[in-house]
Amino acid sequence: MNPQLTTDGRLRHLLTLDGLPRAILTQILDTAESFMDVGEREVKKVPLLRGKSIFNLFFEPSTRTRTTFEIAAKRLSADVVNLNIATSSQTKGEAILDTVDNLAAMHADMFIVRHSQSGAAHFIARNVAPHISVVNAGDGRHAHPTQGLLDMFTIRRYKGAFHNLTVAVVGDVLHSRVARSQIHALTTLGVPEVRVIGPKTLLPAGVEQMGVKVFHNMEQGLAGCDVVIMLRLQNERMRGALLPSAQEYFKFFGLTPEKLALAKPDAIVMHPGPMNRGVEIDSEVADGPQSVILPQVTYGIAVRMAVMAMLAGGSQ
Amino acid sequence: MKIAIKGGRVIDPMNQRDGVADIYVAAGKIVAVGEAPADFHANRTIDASGLVVCPGLVDLSVRLREPGFEYKATLESEMLAAASGGVTSLACPPDTDPPLDEPGLVEMLKFRAKNLPGPRVYPIGALTQKLEGKLLTEMAELTEAGCRAFTQADAPLTDSQVLLRAMEYAATFGFSLWLRPQDVSLARGGIAHDGAIASRLGLPGIPSLAETVALATILQLARATGARVHLSRLSTREGIAMVRAAKAQGLAVSCDVATPHVHLCENDLVGFDAHLHLTPPLRALRDRDAIREALRDGSIDALCSDHTPVDEDEKQVPFGESSPGASGVELLLPLTLKWAREMDVPLMQAIDLVSWKPAQILGVPGGHLSVGSCADICVFDETEEWQVSPRSLASQGKNTPFLNQPMQGRVRYTIIDGHLDFEAH
Repeated sequence: MNPQLTTDGRLRHLLTLDGLPRAILTQILDTAESFMDVGEREVKKVPLLRGKSIFNLFFEPSTRTRTTFEIAAKRLSADVVNLNIATSSQTKGEAILDTVDNLAAMHADMFIVRHSQSGAAHFIARNVAPHISVVNAGDGRHAHPTQGLLDMFTIRRYKGAFHNLTVAVVGDVLHSRVARSQIHALTTLGVPEVRVIGPKTLLPAGVEQMGVKVFHNMEQGLAGCDVVIMLRLQNERMRGALLPSAQEYFKFFGLTPEKLALAKPDAIVMHPGPMNRGVEIDSEVADGPQSVILPQVTYGIAVRMAVMAMLAGGSQ
Repeated sequence: MKIAIKGGRVIDPMNQRDGVADIYVAAGKIVAVGEAPADFHANRTIDASGLVVCPGLVDLSVRLREPGFEYKATLESEMLAAASGGVTSLACPPDTDPPLDEPGLVEMLKFRAKNLPGPRVYPIGALTQKLEGKLLTEMAELTEAGCRAFTQADAPLTDSQVLLRAMEYAATFGFSLWLRPQDVSLARGGIAHDGAIASRLGLPGIPSLAETVALATILQLARATGARVHLSRLSTREGIAMVRAAKAQGLAVSCDVATPHVHLCENDLVGFDAHLHLTPPLRALRDRDAIREALRDGSIDALCSDHTPVDEDEKQVPFGESSPGASGVELLLPLTLKWAREMDVPLMQAIDLVSWKPAQILGVPGGHLSVGSCADICVFDETEEWQVSPRSLASQGKNTPFLNQPMQGRVRYTIIDGHLDFEAH
């Protein structure tokens, strides 16, 4: 029983990429492809979600993700309301469900949810009226499915297919919801070799059971890769005794031109942003010819349009 | 009050009795098993044909939530719940507000409980003042007030020197320490078993090492001090192996597990149901299987409910923000029976784990059906099927991971101290 799917197998919520069938992922990517030209038109709008109310419910601060969701919703002609609950009623002690119920009473059609707790989007999805869809915009360390999807969209655009790729995810997998969503999407879409690279303190227990090969040595892990995905390293990791210093981390796990040279010559470099230059990635790589970091951001809008259009029933 | 319980299948592990017999109760005692005493005129005759008659259950961990947490549950509601679960004696941990660290608080609780229908309540005293893990409580005074043992419950005890001294002091008087092995720093920040499922769900992990490292310390200190130690709520395969080995070496330790851990494991967490947020966390399938096997081979001495009623608001939040614990005193019997059926364990052995064995650990009367002993008796229907629902539970805590699940086996009568305190309708 997948809470994300309707009984006839259509997308009901988007909470995680874990367990979503390949056909749905492919459908989202194909739909996103059809929205790619909307941003280049003079009138950057299609009327698919006219009259729909979409609430950005951000229990954790975010600018980028919220903005891209907002742009995506507006290009679909939906009405968008942004709520930064991190700075409003939650601090007054209002329970999450009361917030959700109140917004539902304002005839919301969709909630875009970000929360610091893993499982928060599942929790909200379990408690909303049947006509409301929930999109997880990041919950704790658990999932960030639209980021995972836009990364797949990027890979497909540059590499054409998934079945012949070697993809490395590098860095703080332990704390990364992005990494989890990427790994589920990559394995579901048929990438034959997904690698994770990082020190033992930053890889979760039993990560190999997610279908990945584990490397603790960057040089070995990058050898022969088609795609290198770097993860953001939060400064607080040094405080939790997970790492001694950003300098030492960069020396062994930062992506430099020399290390990137070990991957295939046409390998692409990705990063979910925001980047810590000089910590996980050298500026020369981030701004170099193999970097597709900025296109990722552009594609993020089309992918989020696709997800919202499919959820709101305006399937293409 | 004279009660005759007629025609039931009497299962009494201590006396190794399993067979149809009549039981006669008068003045709070079992006066006969088999033939009625001369001129016995029952005020009440219970037709137990087709039912099992066993010692009243002894539950080693039931939170009554008084004093301090009456919004979660009250003495009235939880004692009724326990009685309807066939429990006639229960140990309640000291993690109340204020904690049970002073004789006056213990006496008050005992007094309140004594004046209510329901099981015998045996408080477990706080091991340290305010459960802060720093200063010892007046264990001897607390024992005089009615405490049966001392524990930190789930409160941390980070200072091994305090633990050593607590054991030495308790050993001076022969008091028991009940300890749940969990290394505080290794468990810090964690909410689920540190394994493949928590990794997948992005839930911060509590490694099995948190249990085994603490257990190693406790076992070494117990060896050195000769303190009587009972280990509460084991959860890992490795931890069980350590206790098994310690027992084989002759160390006098006992241990228990909680019923949810016999049936559930980390795999059930997919979906983030906060009712599965338990302390200790539900561990891997292999750990669950080790628990089931260790119950069978006797390495684990008792099964308890670890009954923890939680206010619904504290579960209606994302997993990591929810209060841990499950309501369970009413499911102790059916979940024990379920394990016995699934493992093909005789009923006598299953009942032993929730009556005679825990009665010995607690050091209290009850737990058997000998003539002359106190009349604490549970009569249940082994075959009756029912479904767990908020309405089917008497406890104020409706927080159970077994919600909406079918159960087999239901208590019909609970006799405590010769009184019919519960009767199913």
